[in-house]
Amino acid sequence: MIAEAGLAALWLAAGLAAYQFLLMILALRSDLEVARPMRAIAVVQGLLTLISFAMLLLVFARTDMSVALVFENSHSAKPFIYKVAGAWGNHEGSMLMWVTILAVAGAFVALFSRRTSERTLVAGLGSQAVLALGFYAFLLIASNPFARLFPAPPDGQGLNPLLQDPGLAFHPPTLYLGYVGLSVAFSLAVGALLTGEVDSRLARAMRPWVLGAWVLLTLGITAGSYWAYYELGWGGYWFWDPVENASLMPWLAATALLHSINVLAARGALKAWTMMLAVIAFSMSMVGTFLVRSGILTSVHAFAIDPERGTFLLALLAIYVGAAFTLFALRGATLKEGAPFELVSRESGLVINNLILSVILGIVFLGTLYPLFVEAVSGEKLSVGAPYFNEVAGPLALVLAVLVGIGPLLSWRRQRRPVLKQLTVPALLGATALAITIILSPDIAILPRLGFTVAAFLAAAAILPLIGRNPLRTPLATWGMVVAHSGIAVALFGMGANAAFTSERLAVIKPGEQLTVGPWTVELNAVTPTAGKNYTAIEAELRATRGEGVVTLKPQTHYYSDPPTETNESAIQTFWNGQLYTVVGKSDPSGGWQVRLWWKPFVTLIFAGGALIAFGGALALLGRLWRLRRAREASAEWHRRGYA
Amino acid sequence: MRPKNQRLVLVGAALVAILVAVLLAMWGLRNQASFFYTPADIVAGKASDGQSARLGGMVEKGSIRREPDGVTIRFVVTDGKAATPVIYRGIVPDLFREGSGAVAEGRMLGGTFVADTILAKHDERYMPPELGNLAAEHKVGKTLEK
Repeated sequence: MIAEAGLAALWLAAGLAAYQFLLMILALRSDLEVARPMRAIAVVQGLLTLISFAMLLLVFARTDMSVALVFENSHSAKPFIYKVAGAWGNHEGSMLMWVTILAVAGAFVALFSRRTSERTLVAGLGSQAVLALGFYAFLLIASNPFARLFPAPPDGQGLNPLLQDPGLAFHPPTLYLGYVGLSVAFSLAVGALLTGEVDSRLARAMRPWVLGAWVLLTLGITAGSYWAYYELGWGGYWFWDPVENASLMPWLAATALLHSINVLAARGALKAWTMMLAVIAFSMSMVGTFLVRSGILTSVHAFAIDPERGTFLLALLAIYVGAAFTLFALRGATLKEGAPFELVSRESGLVINNLILSVILGIVFLGTLYPLFVEAVSGEKLSVGAPYFNEVAGPLALVLAVLVGIGPLLSWRRQRRPVLKQLTVPALLGATALAITIILSPDIAILPRLGFTVAAFLAAAAILPLIGRNPLRTPLATWGMVVAHSGIAVALFGMGANAAFTSERLAVIKPGEQLTVGPWTVELNAVTPTAGKNYTAIEAELRATRGEGVVTLKPQTHYYSDPPTETNESAIQTFWNGQLYTVVGKSDPSGGWQVRLWWKPFVTLIFAGGALIAFGGALALLGRLWRLRRAREASAEWHRRGYA
Repeated sequence: MRPKNQRLVLVGAALVAILVAVLLAMWGLRNQASFFYTPADIVAGKASDGQSARLGGMVEKGSIRREPDGVTIRFVVTDGKAATPVIYRGIVPDLFREGSGAVAEGRMLGGTFVADTILAKHDERYMPPELGNLAAEHKVGKTLEK
């Protein structure tokens, strides 16, 4: 009965979404007041999807094998937490999670949004409902998560043991919250284009959603990158895999949107531009979902290939993106242009930021889709890998990082003070870093060398906006900006160090033999069999030393029986100046073992930088919400005292 | 700037950005895209020496040989019509085995494919799409399929 209840809730939610769509059309064609019922329906729709998703969690928690999805993706021997996480570790469940977040986001807008006009709110909620409607149709027609099996099989088909990892259990939800948070920006933008009310009020209503989504995307990408780094055992943190690009593209668009929305909120300028970015950002989320869920690309993450689902998702994508762009083309030009600004101004700086981010987005987008395009046209198969992305997008990212240091020093509308003078210290630091890398390590590649230079420059330039201000009276949003921009410098330094100074060693050694990697001497002590809850394993004991003190690392290889799979579990030891990364491979007939070692100086800074960027975003979000509340309380006080 | 000019400049800037992105991408893709070949394509001379490429097929039964250093392996990839020798230095992926599908990334050098990376089927359900087609064409593969 649980599965049927879940399905029923889903059908009801779909019905309500359709009703919301009709209400929106009614409201736009007449002056009918529908804001109250619209809000109520949006909230109920959100609740219904929550019920549906809870039912799915329940059948997974109970390992109910009569539900096809549980049979295909779960197993009675699996640890409980992964049984539950298995609910979204598959195609149908993850799509249900997607639409649940979409509907709940709509409910939150309905409950808390007081900033936009009623008309724009109704149009926005209607657009959100239309978005949800497409995904309800997709679930109910092409991927029903609650389909039954009769008779119920005795046990399930397990879940890929690579997916039995806490990082991966919580990684997709984080990304999905980010993706779908952008849907609110999309819906509000579509709503505002429909009503023609694109103004700074709209920007202030959108901003917390964009910030929140962006923080979660940043966290999701950083965590995903760390997951790939320690779990895959390949020593890399970013592979330019299509699925990674699928999360990077919405992030790039959201980053641009985040900056242009400030221009709209503060100055009322860049109206059409910001609406365009809001449409693009969520479109990229949908493109990402399409790429991942349709399994259309060669990728280590892609799910089973199913042409019907791929076509359905592609049709949804085409309809939504096409409709939004058509609306934009019809209405974009009629928007009144906002306040003017000079060539050297904060606004111009943010426009340049947006342009560079858009170019990078275009490069990643074209590189990711090019193989599909070529195959569709000529039938030839090809792939585009890291060299393309690093070579083409890398230099642009460095240019952008330099501008990150300069932009915040500019003032709105027109620059009065010369800005270059303030940058003396950062420029000197950058030059010093460049000189040091040339003297100490003349052989490293150009990109990491410039990375160090820009990182040193930006580390100093990022904190300049705080100079001469009382730290306690500086708005949280400014603090957030400083922290996030510093995070870029930190990550850049880590990337440079990792690219330039990583040492790697791969060899077969017997117990008692030694290898050196970077400053380390590593001895293989023993290799012993061991076992976990649902796997058997071998474990190598490695003793590493660099002068004083010894650390022991225990990399493993796990063998799963159901389905038969092996995974390499790396052992990583973190030091203040880097990580020692070890993997044990196969044995050879003479009694030796393959051992792979990396010494990765300052690699942790990449992830720390990502976390700092997200933390900066969170600070800014907190600051914005705090101000919203204060403003609301102040106006309530005003009314209570009877001034109004 | 007057508002009207400002809008023109912004639209112009956006168009230039799109153009720059497309040009940069085209330039990069021409140099860096790597094509997918089967051993039959290699025999037909489609892959030029040193050009980055991907080679896909089944690992021929009994072909995996390990060099004395313990970490370099040689094996033969076949598509049922032709075979190509591959050399690879590194830890092979978990599901790399004889008679199973694999994709090697690297380049042809003097008749041997020098692989930088080897991708095998990631789990029992995953198969690179290129190999999926191959299996359908030649009725090979299916080793770990249910």
